[in-house]
Amino acid sequence: MPVLVIAEHDHASLKSATLHAITAALQMGAGAPSEVHVLVAGHNAGAAAQAAAGVAGVAKVLHADAAHLAMPTAENIAAVALSVLPGVYTHVLAGATGFGKNILPRIAARLDVAQISEITSVVSPDTFVRPIYAGNAFATVQSKDPVKVVTVRSTAFDAAAATGGSGTVETIAVPADTGHAVVIGQELSRSERPELTSARIVIAGGRGLGSGENFRMLEALADKLNAALGASRAAVDAGYVPNDYQVGQTGKIVAPDLYIAIGISGAIQHLAGMKDSKVIVAINKDAEAPIFQIADYGLIGDLFVLVPELTAALG
Amino acid sequence: MKILVPIKRVVDYNVKVRVKPDGSGVDTANVKMSMNPFDEIAVEEAVRLKEKGIATEIVAITCGTAASQETLRTALALGADRAILVESDIELQPLAVAKLLAAVAGKEQPQLVILGKQAIDDDANQTGQMLAALLDWPQAAFASKLDIAGGGATVKREVDGGLETIQLKLPAIVTADLRLNEPRYATLPNIMKAKKKPLETTNPATLGVDVAPRLTTLSVVEPPKRKGGGRVADVAELVAKLRNEAKVIS
Repeated sequence: MPVLVIAEHDHASLKSATLHAITAALQMGAGAPSEVHVLVAGHNAGAAAQAAAGVAGVAKVLHADAAHLAMPTAENIAAVALSVLPGVYTHVLAGATGFGKNILPRIAARLDVAQISEITSVVSPDTFVRPIYAGNAFATVQSKDPVKVVTVRSTAFDAAAATGGSGTVETIAVPADTGHAVVIGQELSRSERPELTSARIVIAGGRGLGSGENFRMLEALADKLNAALGASRAAVDAGYVPNDYQVGQTGKIVAPDLYIAIGISGAIQHLAGMKDSKVIVAINKDAEAPIFQIADYGLIGDLFVLVPELTAALG
Repeated sequence: MKILVPIKRVVDYNVKVRVKPDGSGVDTANVKMSMNPFDEIAVEEAVRLKEKGIATEIVAITCGTAASQETLRTALALGADRAILVESDIELQPLAVAKLLAAVAGKEQPQLVILGKQAIDDDANQTGQMLAALLDWPQAAFASKLDIAGGGATVKREVDGGLETIQLKLPAIVTADLRLNEPRYATLPNIMKAKKKPLETTNPATLGVDVAPRLTTLSVVEPPKRKGGGRVADVAELVAKLRNEAKVIS
C-alpha cells in the first residue's frame, strides 16, 4: 500500500521540507522503497504538481485545485487529505514545519490514530525515533495504529532529488470549503538571503548584541558568506528581530554546514535548535558561556570588535 | 463568554533532564515541576480577555495525576475562576487528552479554548489541533495576537517566514505561541484566594473516554554527545581553520 506525503508549496514550486519528507516516506516500506504519492492541494498550482511528479521516487501526484485552497486553512487541507486516505494509505507524512504541524494532528484525530511528531529516523514501518525534552533525549516509539501519521524533521533526512522522477499527475475532486476559517492576510518577511532552515551557513545573534540596531552589523557578515540570519530566543524576546528569526526548541531547528553564534550564551533551548550543525563557531566575551562547550571554534572577545574584523577578513 | 484553558504539569523548563539508566524514560522523580510555559501564556490571554470584559468565566482543566492539582491552583491564582482535574495515573498521550477535553467541552460549552501550542516534555504539538478536529471547530494554531469581536475571532499566527491572519467562527480553538503575551506572576493574596476557588475532579471512565496509549515507547536514550570546546586565539586563526580544516568556507 502506498504512502502519502502532503506537499508544502507556494503553488509554483515545492518547499524543501517536502523533499526531506519524501526521503522519509521512501523508507516506510518493509525492505523495499515505498510507493510514494504526493498531495498537492492549491489553486492554479499545476507547476507545483509537475515539480512534485519530477521528484525522484514519487510514483503519483494527487492534484487538488480549488479557489478555497489558494490560501488554505488547516481545516480545508485536512479535508482534502481525508477524502483520499481511508483504506488506501498506510502512512501520511509532512514536514515538521508550521504547515505540517498545523494540519497533521487534525488528520490523525479524524482517523482516530496517534501522530508521531518530528521523527529523526525510521527504524521500521511502525517504529520511529523522535526527540523529546527539547532534544535532551530521543525516544524510540512504536505505533500499532492502522495508519501512521508522521511529521518529519527536515534536518534528519536528506532532500530527495528534485529531478529524475516520472510520477503521474492525477486530478482529484476537492471537498467543499469547510467554512471554519478564512485566511485574510499574510505578512511574509522578504529577504534576499537564503531561508533559515535550508541555508548552508547561518549567522545567529543573541542578547550580546544589545539592540536591534546593533543586530544589523551581522548583515554585512551574512552578505559576505551568503548566509541566513537567525537569533536566540533572548534576542527575539528583547525585540531585536522578528520571531521567525528564532532558532531553538520553540523556534526553528537548523543544521547547516556552518553555524556562527554571536553574543549567544547557549541556553538549553537554543542549543536544541542548532547543535546538529556540522561546524559551530561561537563568539562571546564570556569565556564561561555554555555555547563554548559545543563549539568547534570558540573565540573569546568583544563581538563589536571581532565581527567587523571577521567581516573584513573574509574580503 | 466562557473560556476553557487546558494546561499541563511538566518538568520545569530550567531543569536539565536525565535519561533513566534503564532507558525506560526520563527521570521525573524529585524534579521541579511547573506549568507548561506555553500554557501560562494561554492562561494569561484568557485572563486578559476577562479583564477586557469579553470573557465572563475561565475554566482551567488538566488531565493527569492528583499532583496536577498544584498546577490547577497556579492557574486559579493567575485568574481562572474554577478548575477541573481529569485524574488518571496512566500515561496520557495527546489523542487521549484531546478526547478528554472534547468530552468536557461538550458539557461546559465554552466559546473559546486556549491552550499552549506544545508541551515542553513530549514536544508533540498536537493536542489543540486534535481537539479542534474532534469537535469539528475551527483552529488557530501558533497565535501571536488574538482579537474577539462580533461572534468571531481574528488571529495573527506564526507561520514559516512570517505571519498569517485568519478569521474564525466561534466556538474555536486557539493555541498560544511565544509572542501572544508575557504572562504575569501570581501575587501572594491571589495564591491565598486560589485555595478557596472550586476544583472539581473527574476521570476518564466517568467521561466515557478510552485513554489507552497508542504509542509504545521502546527506549529512551541520551542524544549523542557533541565534542566541542575548541578554541581559536583570533580572527585570523578562525578564518584559516574554517578554510583549511573544516573546509566550510572558500
